[in-house]
Amino acid sequence: MCGIVGLLMKNPAWDERLGELLVPMLVGMTERGPDSAGMAVFGKPTPGQTRLSFFHLHGEPDWHAVNTAIVDAVLGTHRVDANGRHAIIHTDSDGEAIRALLKERFPAIVALAAGSRIQLYKDIGTPAAIASRYRFGDFTGTHAVGHTRMATESAVTPDRAHPFTAGRDFCLVHNGSLSNPHLVRRQLEPLGIRFDTDNDTEAACRFLEWRMREGDAVDAAIEKGFEALDGFFTFLIGTADGLALVRDPFACKPAIVAETDDYVAISSEFRSLAHLPGVSHAKLFEPQPRTIYHWSRA
Amino acid sequence: MTHPHLSAEESASFDRNTIDYIQRASATGLYEIRGLGAKRKLPHFDDLLMLGASLSRYPLEGYREKCVTKTVLGTRFATKPIVLDIPITIAGMSFGALSANVKEALGRAATAVGTSTTTGDGGMTSEERNSSKTLVYQCLPSRYGFNPDDVRRADAIEIVIGQGAKPGGGGMLLGQKVNPRVAKMRTLPAGVDQRSASRHPDWTGPDDLAIKIRELREITDWEKPIYVKVGATRVPHDVKLAVHSGADVVVVDGMQGGTAATQLTFIEHVGIPTLAAVRQAVDALEELNMTGKVQLIVSGGIRSGADAAKALALGADAVSIGQGVLFSLGCNSDTFIRKGQHIDATADYAAIGTKPGFCHHCHTGRCPVGVTTQDEVLEQRLEVETGANRVKNYLKTLTMELTTLARACGKQDVHHLEREDLVALTVEAAAMAGVPLAGTQWIPGRD
Amino acid sequence: MTAAPMSLMKEFDLARAGVTPEAALRELNLWLHRGLTPDGPKQVRVLHPDGAHSIAAGVDADISIDVLGHAGYYVAGMNKHATVTVHGNAGTGAAENMMSGLVRIKGFASNSAGASAHGGTLVIEGDASLRCGISLKGGDIVVGGSAGSFTAFMAQAGRIVICGDAGDALGDSLYEAVIYVRGKVASLGADARFEEMTPADLESLRELLGIAGFNHDPASFRKVASSRSLYHWNADANQEY
Repeated sequence: MCGIVGLLMKNPAWDERLGELLVPMLVGMTERGPDSAGMAVFGKPTPGQTRLSFFHLHGEPDWHAVNTAIVDAVLGTHRVDANGRHAIIHTDSDGEAIRALLKERFPAIVALAAGSRIQLYKDIGTPAAIASRYRFGDFTGTHAVGHTRMATESAVTPDRAHPFTAGRDFCLVHNGSLSNPHLVRRQLEPLGIRFDTDNDTEAACRFLEWRMREGDAVDAAIEKGFEALDGFFTFLIGTADGLALVRDPFACKPAIVAETDDYVAISSEFRSLAHLPGVSHAKLFEPQPRTIYHWSRA
Repeated sequence: MTHPHLSAEESASFDRNTIDYIQRASATGLYEIRGLGAKRKLPHFDDLLMLGASLSRYPLEGYREKCVTKTVLGTRFATKPIVLDIPITIAGMSFGALSANVKEALGRAATAVGTSTTTGDGGMTSEERNSSKTLVYQCLPSRYGFNPDDVRRADAIEIVIGQGAKPGGGGMLLGQKVNPRVAKMRTLPAGVDQRSASRHPDWTGPDDLAIKIRELREITDWEKPIYVKVGATRVPHDVKLAVHSGADVVVVDGMQGGTAATQLTFIEHVGIPTLAAVRQAVDALEELNMTGKVQLIVSGGIRSGADAAKALALGADAVSIGQGVLFSLGCNSDTFIRKGQHIDATADYAAIGTKPGFCHHCHTGRCPVGVTTQDEVLEQRLEVETGANRVKNYLKTLTMELTTLARACGKQDVHHLEREDLVALTVEAAAMAGVPLAGTQWIPGRD
Repeated sequence: MTAAPMSLMKEFDLARAGVTPEAALRELNLWLHRGLTPDGPKQVRVLHPDGAHSIAAGVDADISIDVLGHAGYYVAGMNKHATVTVHGNAGTGAAENMMSGLVRIKGFASNSAGASAHGGTLVIEGDASLRCGISLKGGDIVVGGSAGSFTAFMAQAGRIVICGDAGDALGDSLYEAVIYVRGKVASLGADARFEEMTPADLESLRELLGIAGFNHDPASFRKVASSRSLYHWNADANQEY
């Protein structure tokens, strides 16, 4: 299955170290997830700006052509930061029109995330290769959610890697295996919830997306998830202002938290956290089953 | 006197067996438990045929033109792979399900033909370790009898996720077979109905299996091959995950695979036929570029040299036999052998409510021929040396058939059999095995 | 000229320069399996465990091993005779399938601590997570803190002492293992029930608490054992399957 990692800086002075500390955590989970990896970083928002993360499914697209298309459509001021198959598009609009344009004109370029703070990367390859390719080590920000994947039931393709996102500034990574994802999908599709893949984690993400669309706060949505989602899971969720961590009642999939005054770090195995500064004085604990943990950096 | 016309139309849906099942459930309030494997007709190797020599392919002569059967298992990481003389092994069956005499007989037979036996859900007996030159030690969810001394004296470790008869279920042994010796080995009170876990106690999922496999490697100083055995369900995913987790060998057991006791509902309704499982497993290894690096053993209804040949042709590196060797020892025979004489056992079959050819009553512990019993009287009906000879003969026959077929297809080595040596008799078999329907170029479901 | 006495203590640093932590671990375990001699070191220190898995797995020797930090999964897995002390926390399956010896975790232990242990004693000074003592086969486990849900699931033989609280489904599907719990029990598992403590139980507890070094009055514990109603399948008994 997988490894999950999460890091939230409680001390703003540490924001600039986010990427530097995250990369060894992610690479430490390579054995759990050698096929593919992903990372969502929540950085300081630029007022009035939306960030859209995009990824081309098959190869490196002509980002100039994409840029031109956006310019021609007169969709406001924007900037395309491209890196191979991946790009972040910064826009002063809410991003919806740009997403729609790309969906229509460049269907092989999938939208990975949208929001004022989130930037999301995922790809196939080893965690170390992906961290290097997208320069995770240079990231700064308040918090981040990462994942290394060993595919269970759906294929090894970038779009099936985690994190999955919903709405704005929301993402989810998952260690475990859900046993009724197809049922959940068939319940949600008639309600207008769109699925991109057959991945079981996406089913969980779309379920939470639905509940939040219906007005539930994250916690209430997760509570309903305990009933609706069957199987084994540790979920790590990133939102605009923080992280949420939850394990199912059987708690077969591992998770460990290291917390100091400066940061809270989460991983599937302590190995990943062993080299964090100050970890020898950190409060170390395992999350209780069926309990939602929150850390925020408002 | 007039005789009324007897009208006797049987329902296919509510046939005699089904009526029997409903009436039994009504009488007892408990699901039926039985032994052996799926009995209903399923697509199987019988639905495949081999394309022997012709003008376009030349056969080999028997005897002088050798046909190699040597088989090496566990080359990926282990420093001491398993080297067998034949690609036919004896599958995991527990002491507890089987008597100690049977385990000894199987060990002797395997040693005589140069293959391996496998322990089962009860641990390793000294009879089996001493008689079997190459012994694979199972690590099951129950961990009955599992201990480091036996890990160290095993030749390979087989981590059992599940078996074909009951994928998703744990082991089962009813109280009548939990005699003092079995009870001691399994750390159970004598005479209780054994409940077994269906999940391993200290890991769940392939990511944690990877760590468990590493632990077993560390304990055995990386010498011994680690097999991972699954009951055939989601075969492509399971085989790939077993590879990712670090297995040296993957064992896939189809739904025809046997057990000494489990719920009937499991046996007949869970898992896929061995024929379908083989091809999926082979394709999964090919997709990961692991063909030849991670070996594949296939089991579940392997009966004959033809079955073995077809499984190898489809891409298996070896086959494993459970039920077949039990039949060889006398299971479902109307007699048992004592000092060379055949002694009728029909009455004992009747006493447990069955007859030779129809018996699947391993769970009762009253095996009329002394195979699946712990009863001190009954177990004497299986003479170790006699049994060993019979299994040896059976395995030799299988090997001869296998090499005969391989030579007929022009192969100097049974591992050179390939899927193009096969065609199918039915559309189902063609689709499952991924080989053309005989007389056509058509493989349903493949371009 | 007299020979210098051999050092009785040997150190392994899993973070030492020039080798990967995996290679360093393999060296450690290989030495523990094959490098011991009658006159050789009887004490081993493992530095910078940093959450490595399978530290001191498969040891079969009367030797003392100190792990100076946090261990990953399966520390002291399948232990025989050795005394292993983890000066930190332990991951999943600490002392799993132990046959004899003493394993002490000074911090907390993750899931399935002492799983399927046949003998020996596992002491966890902190909390034990879920499924502590699952499938226990004769070993003893003493938890100084609290134990998680499904503790003693399908435990067949042996003793589990919980000085703190127990989670849900304590002793579910219990065979002949016995649990002594001092604190609250969130819920009992199928076929588990409270029983009266006997003088033999009190003596047992005294012994185990003594080994662990926990200073509690045995009389403050309650006993949980199997009702034995699942020993034979019975349609009329409404057994929970």
